[in-house]
Amino acid sequence: MINKIVQSMADLMSGIKDGSVVLLGGFGSVGQPNALIDGLIEQGAKDLVVAANNAGAGHVGLARLMELNRVRKIICSFPRSSDPVVFETLYRAGKIELEIVPQGTLAERMRAAGAGVPAFFTATGVGTKMAVGKEHREIGGRTYILEEWLKGDVGLVEAWEADRWGNLTFKQSGRNFNPLCAMASDLSLVQAQHIRELGEIDPDHVVTPGIFVDRVLHVPYGDPSGF
Amino acid sequence: MSETAVASFKPFTRPQMAQRAAADIPEGWYVNLGIGIPTMISDYVPAGREVIFHSENGVLGMGPAPEKDKIEPWLINAGKQYVTMLPGGSFCHHADSFSMIRGGHLDLCVLGAFQVADNGDIANWATSENDTAPAVGGAMDLAAGAKRLWVLMEHTTKDGSSKLVTKCSYPLTAPGAVKRIYTNLATIDVTDRGFVVLGMAPGLSLEDLQARTDAKLHLPA
Repeated sequence: MINKIVQSMADLMSGIKDGSVVLLGGFGSVGQPNALIDGLIEQGAKDLVVAANNAGAGHVGLARLMELNRVRKIICSFPRSSDPVVFETLYRAGKIELEIVPQGTLAERMRAAGAGVPAFFTATGVGTKMAVGKEHREIGGRTYILEEWLKGDVGLVEAWEADRWGNLTFKQSGRNFNPLCAMASDLSLVQAQHIRELGEIDPDHVVTPGIFVDRVLHVPYGDPSGF
Repeated sequence: MSETAVASFKPFTRPQMAQRAAADIPEGWYVNLGIGIPTMISDYVPAGREVIFHSENGVLGMGPAPEKDKIEPWLINAGKQYVTMLPGGSFCHHADSFSMIRGGHLDLCVLGAFQVADNGDIANWATSENDTAPAVGGAMDLAAGAKRLWVLMEHTTKDGSSKLVTKCSYPLTAPGAVKRIYTNLATIDVTDRGFVVLGMAPGLSLEDLQARTDAKLHLPA
């Protein structure tokens, strides 16, 4: 019997290696898998490259992972959150690398990785400093730049519902980067608010089919608060 | 520029700027509003006119801010403010949301800006080439991807320098993207001829406006 649902955070996090590329779902605090970040902190992997929209806020979650000097590099579109004190401090001290990526390019690089597309052309960033050093090509009279896929060794995902095959639904704007992190990562780890029996989630309502998911942990933490 | 040369004119307030832009959005357009003053535009769409608002974080068909006791903690916009959904609204993931932007499906995006040049270049994400950790967010996607880009901003900086320039001194968000600018002093189209003034704040003359604008202003042909 296939059962992707695990019973402990340790089981969920097992096998994450130092130096992993970690794709992190969430936008603001909505849909951000905070329990999984805490699990990763506990698990101990270091020298990580983390891709997420924001670079953490306050001293919790991603900010705490960074504060513990476990993140070598952050790939994000918007490092300045409501309270980016940890990131700013590390960055000014030269203790963390930063790759700024336009938000749509970040999302598309993840989707491309999930779809097996190693690179794609986009108009976003043409004529700006984002285009420096990138391959340019004119297609149909417009100039585009080449952007490469962004594959994750590990994807950390927050879902609303999950079943033992790993089928997922999301809640409202909690969807954001989560389905992309799931499809783009070799090891997709999910925290789900609700565990459903197989067949209980209407196939028409599944957003992320279980093929993109490896392990699920039930984390019924309630509503997000604060950003 | 002498302040006394301009006896009495009334700059548009921010709500008036938003109202002027809102009045020019026709029914049926899909619109993304940037963080800041542009967000106010949704409050001024004339009653009965259906305009569909999009937010980068996968929200299409966004309604106004909720009453305090009706906040949905899972429902925010790209500015990380609580919002509501209108009947007919939908959610999608970030790659689909940015497909709406990058695939040319949005009729309009309205952004704030530091500078706009008279060739349509926009600078709105970093104030220095050496900005240590600039935050681009979705600005470059929106500027390059929407069918048309309008800018809503103050005409001048706090120290009085023109934000309408012949060449942006700040890092570009996108070249040649801006089609129209709504400022506290004027509404201006960006055309092949450069800046064309469509309207001005009451009491302001073209000379007054030009005195506050680095780039050459034109009147409609």
